[in-house]
Amino acid sequence: MTDVIRTFRLTKHYDSRRVVDCLNLRVQRGQVYGFLGRNGAGKSTTIKMLMGMVQPDSGEAELLGEKVSALNPKTRERIAYIAEGHPLYNWMNIGEAVRFGRAFYSNWNDILVEQILDHFELSRKQKLRQLSKGQQAQVSLALAVAPEPELLILDDPTLGLDTVVRRDFLESLIQIIHRKGRTILISSHILGDVERVADRIGIMVDGVLRVDCSTDHFRESVKKLVLDFSGPGPESVDCPGLVNSWTLGSQLELILVGYDEAQRTAVESLQPKNIEIVDLNLEEAFIEYTRGRKRSLPLFAREESRHDQGVDDQGIA
Amino acid sequence: MQFQCDTASRTPIYRQLIDQVRAGVARGRLLPGDRLPSVRQLSRELVVNPNTVARAYTELEREGTLLTQQGRGVFVATPGNDLTKKARRKQLAEKLDLLFVEAVHLGFTSDELLAMVQDRIGQFAFVTEEKDSP
Repeated sequence: MTDVIRTFRLTKHYDSRRVVDCLNLRVQRGQVYGFLGRNGAGKSTTIKMLMGMVQPDSGEAELLGEKVSALNPKTRERIAYIAEGHPLYNWMNIGEAVRFGRAFYSNWNDILVEQILDHFELSRKQKLRQLSKGQQAQVSLALAVAPEPELLILDDPTLGLDTVVRRDFLESLIQIIHRKGRTILISSHILGDVERVADRIGIMVDGVLRVDCSTDHFRESVKKLVLDFSGPGPESVDCPGLVNSWTLGSQLELILVGYDEAQRTAVESLQPKNIEIVDLNLEEAFIEYTRGRKRSLPLFAREESRHDQGVDDQGIA
Repeated sequence: MQFQCDTASRTPIYRQLIDQVRAGVARGRLLPGDRLPSVRQLSRELVVNPNTVARAYTELEREGTLLTQQGRGVFVATPGNDLTKKARRKQLAEKLDLLFVEAVHLGFTSDELLAMVQDRIGQFAFVTEEKDSP
């Protein structure tokens, strides 16, 4: 499979703070990649570097096989970007914005734009300034998909939208995914949405990509263990993959990554009365993983490397 | 049959779909030969990635609950079982024991439990005759 997005040791400082740290990101053709992280983790800066809007201090990025720093305008036409907050030229009306956008592309699907505007009941005469936040998101989606891009990069596109508009937006996104070969990178804080649309997730923690694997693999890897003791429980346990732990009376709760034999042995050696293993949903897993006191254990796609001998994944791991 | 998915649940979406199809078959809401929505349809309806739906269908196919007919669609398969009666009995006994544990902890007598089983058994589509299987 070909990589549609690829970065090599991409690094950016703001003053002395390293906001993106040697990032090796790879997104394959046809993937829907959920790009996650807490505020300030480096997601938007990464996306801006991908779009050539921020210069990296070192390293480089490639989109559709070409260096971002020397992207052919023809290639650029195959990439769509929806910026955070859906910035539009507010003094235009919808019809003007469509005509304006159209001028930059050799390929423009007028019927598709018409369909999307109709679907959302938007009239071309409406001034962008007077649209609601949700309607602005719908217009920017229409403008982004009109050139039928192969790659869509969406920076927190559902931020500030109400539940119904958000669902409409996701539905449109699913329809785009149905068109073969589309690759999407989407950053979001709404983990339920990400779980619906993303095949694969990457989690940035303090500028470093700490997780890069399938959505299900991540969920299944992060577990909560509840240990019951007859008396007061031990403070913690020393084992690999421990993300967080706390004591509640006679209970010890542990958050572990990649629960395996070694961890089981370590946990059992504490001789608890009972061990309960609790699954977490994506949001819970994300919260536990990213707020761990220690730097959480990295989690990469080991599940696939079995098939392709890890050749494909070595760039990341 | 109406599918649903809940992202707040601790069960992954593909698992939720598998559970719903299996429950539908067990309750007789889905009959052998019934056609399921296509991957694309269901993906659009539930607003989930088509690969998630495809993964659920693939697993259901592997365990013999569904059958894909090239170009025609996805159908509920005719029940059959590769496992021996003994193996199946063992699997069921394990599940039954879990039920007993719950019943004891919730403070039911064995007669009450049996009555409840009798009461609810009619809601499910059991095989009516013993199939010849190894």
